[in-house]
Amino acid sequence: MGEVLDGSIILVTGAGGGIGGATVTALRAARATVIATDLRAPDGGDVNFAQDVTSETDWARIAGEIDSRFGTLDCLVNNAGLALVNRIEDETLESWRRLQSVNVESMLLSLKATLKLLKKAGETRVGGASVVNLSSVGGIGGAALMTSYCTSKGAVRLFSKSAAIEFAMLKYNIRVNSVHPGGIETAMMDDIVARYVELGAAPDAETARARLDAQHPLGRWGRPEEIASGIVYLCSPAASFMTGSELVIDGGFTAH
Amino acid sequence: MNRLEGSVALVTGGLKGIGRAIVERLLAEGGSVMLADLASAEDAAGDLAALGGRAAYVRLDVGDEAAWPAAVTAIRERFGRLDILVANAGIGGTGPVRNVTLADWHKTMRVNVDGVFLAVSQCADLLAEAGKDRRGGSSIVTISSIMGLVGLAGAGPYNASKGAVRLFTKAVALEFASGKVPIRANSVHPGFVETPLLMQSSAADQLAFYTGSTPLGRMAQPAEIAAAVAFLASDDASYMTGSELVVDGGYTAQ
Repeated sequence: MGEVLDGSIILVTGAGGGIGGATVTALRAARATVIATDLRAPDGGDVNFAQDVTSETDWARIAGEIDSRFGTLDCLVNNAGLALVNRIEDETLESWRRLQSVNVESMLLSLKATLKLLKKAGETRVGGASVVNLSSVGGIGGAALMTSYCTSKGAVRLFSKSAAIEFAMLKYNIRVNSVHPGGIETAMMDDIVARYVELGAAPDAETARARLDAQHPLGRWGRPEEIASGIVYLCSPAASFMTGSELVIDGGFTAH
Repeated sequence: MNRLEGSVALVTGGLKGIGRAIVERLLAEGGSVMLADLASAEDAAGDLAALGGRAAYVRLDVGDEAAWPAAVTAIRERFGRLDILVANAGIGGTGPVRNVTLADWHKTMRVNVDGVFLAVSQCADLLAEAGKDRRGGSSIVTISSIMGLVGLAGAGPYNASKGAVRLFTKAVALEFASGKVPIRANSVHPGFVETPLLMQSSAADQLAFYTGSTPLGRMAQPAEIAAAVAFLASDDASYMTGSELVVDGGYTAQ
């Protein structure tokens, strides 16, 4: 399938989850060497580590490992993230901050820790080094009961654009783009469905799923592989003129 | 990489510039391509020979409704199917709004908007047939522009035409999705691309504006747009419909 990534060195966070795991598989199929991380060390990458993306120490450790093994980093896929379903009136500052920390602060920490390595790759890589940040359709439109989540994903979207423009201005040859999945068949979506039911937003899981299905013009949720193929594309030299853009893979969710 | 093996594409405006690069990319990925353009078959013969056996040519004025059935017949007869439609044919359209005549305006709309509408409506049946045996369905890729996203002083007709392409593509995507017709539709929004169309119509200070206003500091090569089209045309984009693929070096990120 898709673009050949010819020995590119690529870090994927949240590699233990649905999209993360599919991304690791797709990148390796395209001949990349993948460093896979998650809170608990996953097992699908060429190299696997445990990593808390909210920890500056952990980021320094992971960057150090990549530096000593490879000396460079061609692509960074910031995929680790959490969902959160709460009414505003029930949300706590602690819960809000935790979500922003995982979904947003991690973006800043990732670049601070790996910029030296990305710049190294950018010196010679055709199409430049590539940073891919996982946002969501929730980073484009709002959703009831998901203010914290949508806020975090909107932040990812604009963070990506600013980083893209900044790296272009500084001539680092590092591209930055955001990916916006719609509802994807993963454990995260199972949890969201369960919470909708818990909060009384839907009478049961079947109804909740049916409503979510109906919001997607293609009439189905996406498969993790369908997001992974978009990430592979953004990592590849084929996307050499794409930076600061949004790759929306959502079955038409945001088109209407 | 042969992900388009067995797929047949129509590329309008396929002889030069972005269209030509798209044709070459689709062929390189194993696809077969019917090129459509304004040149006579005679005049296009040399180009066609260079492209090899999986390419064919039909003369077509995309804004001429009466000309389309023959083009569709030519596709059926030569290839028997159509999996990919790249509605790429387009012209410029600039000028201060008080100087633009209605005739000028219509000229731009005829190619850039009518031409896209006619391409979609005339090819839909063929695309629907082929979509049934493709994992990601058939694929319509319309070439809009950054000028279909943001305005530019003096580009009234062009802006209007490219904005139309963007929203028409979404309507088409939604219509086919809700009707369970296996055709996806997405628009591509190139930034400034080094093509004959743009280079010929731009003064030196305009070219400086194109590179100066683009964060990546350069214009795109046609191949960089072609790569995006090939991605959307393939099953790798099976969950993408109604979306905008922006390939602009960061122009609209600001």
